[in-house]
Amino acid sequence: MHTTNTKITILAFGVIAEKLGDKILILPQTEDTNQLKKELVSSYPELENLKFTISVNKKLATANTAISPYDEIALLPPFSGG
Amino acid sequence: MDRFVRQYSLSGFGQEKQQKLATAKVLIIGAGGLGCPALLYLAAAGVGHITVVDGDIVSLSNLNRQVLFGISDIGKPKVDVVKEYFSQKYNDIQIDGLPFYLSQENCLGIIENHDLVIDGSDNFQTRYMVNDACTLLEKPLIMGSIFQNEGQVSFLNAHGSKSVNYRDIFPEPPEAHEVLNCSETGVLGVLPGIIGSLQASEAIKFLAGYGEVLDGKLLIYDLLIHNSTIFEVEKNPETQGHFPKTPTEFLRMNYALSCGTVQEITWETVADLLTEEDNLLLDIREPHEMPKLEKIDHTQIPMSEVEDHLEDFAQKNRILICCQSGVRSVKTAQKLSSILIGKEFFSIKGGVNALSENLK
Repeated sequence: MHTTNTKITILAFGVIAEKLGDKILILPQTEDTNQLKKELVSSYPELENLKFTISVNKKLATANTAISPYDEIALLPPFSGG
Repeated sequence: MDRFVRQYSLSGFGQEKQQKLATAKVLIIGAGGLGCPALLYLAAAGVGHITVVDGDIVSLSNLNRQVLFGISDIGKPKVDVVKEYFSQKYNDIQIDGLPFYLSQENCLGIIENHDLVIDGSDNFQTRYMVNDACTLLEKPLIMGSIFQNEGQVSFLNAHGSKSVNYRDIFPEPPEAHEVLNCSETGVLGVLPGIIGSLQASEAIKFLAGYGEVLDGKLLIYDLLIHNSTIFEVEKNPETQGHFPKTPTEFLRMNYALSCGTVQEITWETVADLLTEEDNLLLDIREPHEMPKLEKIDHTQIPMSEVEDHLEDFAQKNRILICCQSGVRSVKTAQKLSSILIGKEFFSIKGGVNALSENLK
C-alpha cells in the first residue's frame, strides 16, 4: 500500500544489485521497511530466499523502521569473499 | 635511525605509538586475497607479532591477487611461504604460521593469545564462527570481505561485547545455495588489495590509538566508481540469542551453512569441476564394489573410514562424492559439511551406476 505518490531511492549492493538489474532504483515510497521488503519480494521473487539488511538514510534498520518521502534505502547482503 | 622513522615524523604519531605496534599480537585468518596485503602492511608498519592461520597451499589461480606468492611457490603451504618471505625481509618482527584451518575446537585457544583479529577468510561459516569466538572472548575483530567489484569493512567488538559485532549487521548467515566465492564470481586483484589494506589501516590505528576506527560503522566500497559509503550500525538486541555465551555453548553451535537438501551434481559437472586443482573426487564405496573408476582421477575411502581420513581433504575446497547409486554419497556429504567448516561437499547424482561406459 503506497502512502502517497512520493518516491524513495533504493541502493542495491552485491548480489541484490544483480537480482534487481541495477544498483540504483527509484520506487514508490512504502510506510516502513517491512512493507518495503514485501513489495520487493513480490516484484523480484528471487529476493525471497536471500539474506540482506536494510538501511534507511545510511542507518541500518534492526527492526521495522518508518520510511519517509525521499528517504534513501540500501539493501545490504553480506559478502564472504576473501 | 630505524626503519620506522617516517612513522615517527608523521604528525600525531610518534615513538610511543610505534612502541604500541611493536608489542601488539595480531592474528590474521587466511593468507589469501585479503590476508596478503594485510600482512604486507602490518609487517611494514612494525606490528611486532603476527600469526597467520591458513591450511591451504598456493595454487596458480591464486596469483592474480594473493600478492605474497609467485609461480615457484605453487604447491607449497601458504603459511610456509609467508614465514620465509618475511624472514628474509625484516629483522625486527615475528611472523608465526599455523598450517591448518581454524575450527571450533582450536579457535578459542588461538584467538585468546592475540590482541586483535583480522578476518581474511573466504566463507561465511568461518566468519560467523570467528565473530562468535571474538565476541565471547571480547577480542576486537576487523571484518573485511569482497564480492565481485565491491568490498565491506567494519571494526567489531571495539570495546568488548557491548560494541557492535557481525551479527548486529548480518544476524543470520545465508544458506548454502545463496553463496558464490571467488572461483565462481571472479575478482580483480586490486579489490582485495584495497580492502585488505583498509583492514591493516584499521588495525594500525586501533593498536596505536591513532585516529578513529569503523566501530559501529559498515564501510562499503565500490571499485568501479571508487565510491565508499559508511553506514551507521547500532547494537541489535534481537540477535542476543543468536550467539554463544560460554565456550561450551560455542562448541555446540553448528556453523555449517544450512542446506535444505545436499547439493547434487551430475557426472558432466564433475568433469568440468575436476579441471580445478582445489576440487577432489571421493569414491566412498567399499573395496569390493565394481566397476572401479579407472579413467578418472579420484581418492577412494570407504564411507565408514572417511572421518578418519579428514586430512586427505585438507588442501581441497570442494569434495565431489560418489557411491554406487547416489544414496550414501548424500549422507556423507551432509555429515562432512557439518564437520569440515568452509569446504563444499557435493553428492554425484545416481552414483557410479549413472556414469556412462566410456568414462569408467
